[in-house]
Amino acid sequence: MSTLSTRHKVELIAASAIGLFFIVIFPLLNAHGMVSNFTINLWGKYLCYALLAISVDLLWGYTGLLSLGQALFFSFGGYMMGMYLMRMIGDLGQYHKPIPDFLVFLGWTELPKFWKPFASFPFAASMIFLLPGLLALVFGFLAFRSRIKGVYFSILTQALTYGASLMFFRNDMLMGGNNGFTDFKFILGHDLREASTQRGLFIVTAIVLLLVYASLRLLSHTKFGLVQRAIRDGENRVLFSGYATAHFKLFIFVVAALIASIGGALYVPQVGIINPSEMTPDKSLEAVVWCAVGGRGTLVGPIIGAISINSLKSWASRAAPDYWLVILGGLFVVVVLLLPGGIVSIPARLKSLWQRVTRQPSA
Amino acid sequence: MNNKYMLTVEDVSKTYDGFKAITDLTFYLFEGELRTVIGPNGAGKSTFFDLITGRAKPDKGKIEFGFDTDLTTMNEYEINRLGVGRKFQTPSVFTEHTVFNNIVLSLKGSRGVFASIFTRLSSTDRDRIDELLKLIRLDGKRDWKAGQLAHGEKQWLEIGMLLAQDPKILLVDEPAAGMTDEETHRTGELLISLAGKHSIIVIEHDMTFVKQIARDGQVTVLHQGSVLCEGKFDAVQSNPKVREVYLGRGKSNK
Repeated sequence: MSTLSTRHKVELIAASAIGLFFIVIFPLLNAHGMVSNFTINLWGKYLCYALLAISVDLLWGYTGLLSLGQALFFSFGGYMMGMYLMRMIGDLGQYHKPIPDFLVFLGWTELPKFWKPFASFPFAASMIFLLPGLLALVFGFLAFRSRIKGVYFSILTQALTYGASLMFFRNDMLMGGNNGFTDFKFILGHDLREASTQRGLFIVTAIVLLLVYASLRLLSHTKFGLVQRAIRDGENRVLFSGYATAHFKLFIFVVAALIASIGGALYVPQVGIINPSEMTPDKSLEAVVWCAVGGRGTLVGPIIGAISINSLKSWASRAAPDYWLVILGGLFVVVVLLLPGGIVSIPARLKSLWQRVTRQPSA
Repeated sequence: MNNKYMLTVEDVSKTYDGFKAITDLTFYLFEGELRTVIGPNGAGKSTFFDLITGRAKPDKGKIEFGFDTDLTTMNEYEINRLGVGRKFQTPSVFTEHTVFNNIVLSLKGSRGVFASIFTRLSSTDRDRIDELLKLIRLDGKRDWKAGQLAHGEKQWLEIGMLLAQDPKILLVDEPAAGMTDEETHRTGELLISLAGKHSIIVIEHDMTFVKQIARDGQVTVLHQGSVLCEGKFDAVQSNPKVREVYLGRGKSNK
């Protein structure tokens, strides 16, 4: 619990090296034209997905709570950022009106009240934390107080995100309906179509991911981390040891929601669009698959899973667009059946295999 | 033995879907007492523990800790924090944690979310853990994952976890299950040594073990959710009513 083992030291060094690469070297290569703008943009998207995958794993892999609604918090973060970006378009939209195009289209001449404060970046930024945080707090409080567990929890979270997506599809939500928000122009005075702006967003995303990784690594070494994993392995014993497990689960649920939300907020300016299809249940399920394939119950697993599956998806959507879902499904089945520890467990697997092979002659 | 009540259970009933698990049960535990509870399957022994620890709520009756602390309105962790520790029938330890960390989690101290993030183990805590690990003879396996332990060792670990909480009342459900004779005997000695400092209720099936730990203390026989009789081990064993229900050779012998 207190001293770091060699394995963790190795992990720490590796994480710092990879972090340094993504935060400094990769953007430098881009600035000098050795990495294309397309590639850095794509990787920025992967890193946002990695944040979503970590939030799934924090609940599923570490606490035993399979949330099928994490994409909701990701989308909420995205929508909050999106509202700010929509305001930053100003009157440069198709209709050249001072309000977002979709509102003009719906017949509005003035900005609805709740849209007004979003011209302020600090306000939008605080909403990125507040809105998903509050939703997670209320939903989690009700769910954990009623001791909803297992599949019931999964179904409930899925219903929550499905319900939200239905609401956001409606035009009278005044959140852009099924088209959502797009055609963004500026963020904090920088042109989003400039390569340097996209590079900056990539660097911010990489830093956020590293910070999230490092703080969760620290958290997992505290007694809190022990309680968290103990809840996963035997909640009753934790309860009968005097811990209010519901409070611990609620804390984790809120933290996970915030991580997903930050991921979504960074995703939107890099991808240039947010719409309700991002919060449909299959988006959340995809994040669960990234987590399982990368290796749940570890912190690197979900990052590796999110990056590798999405790289595969980028490749497949060009090479074999019709087969992507089959490939994804097949991969999930293969991992669950043959490699339950995910990609991160491969080195240990090979090591034990190697030991078995080398020991054979002497035996 | 002084006559201070540690636990008062009066006229308690509990039904599950019409099945009467506990009926008008009255039971007192004195401070420092080691009480053995026996009874045939379905006598309500585990429900009895569920009611005391807050896992189940009684339909009627009074359950009090000490003199006046009502347990029926409290939940599991609140009752545990008062000083009621429970060992389950099937060993329940944190299988993915090391033996050491199993004790860390059980150690008496703050239980809050934020406290758990910011507090570190003190050297007194470490000494206490070392002491407990020696007592339960798992000192050499402190870095093992609890899931790797043998069944009997898990039982001991769970007893160690209970002791780490330093509870006033220990509820021990079939501690000798799955143990060798020697381990069983050692478990008995441990429980006897703990009596006095703690008040203990042990549920057990193994009559040799019951005889060992009961010594000249009280044995309670539960039957169909109420107390059939209470008394010293020999008296209980020769009681014809007990023989009838517990040893299952009543009517045919008459």
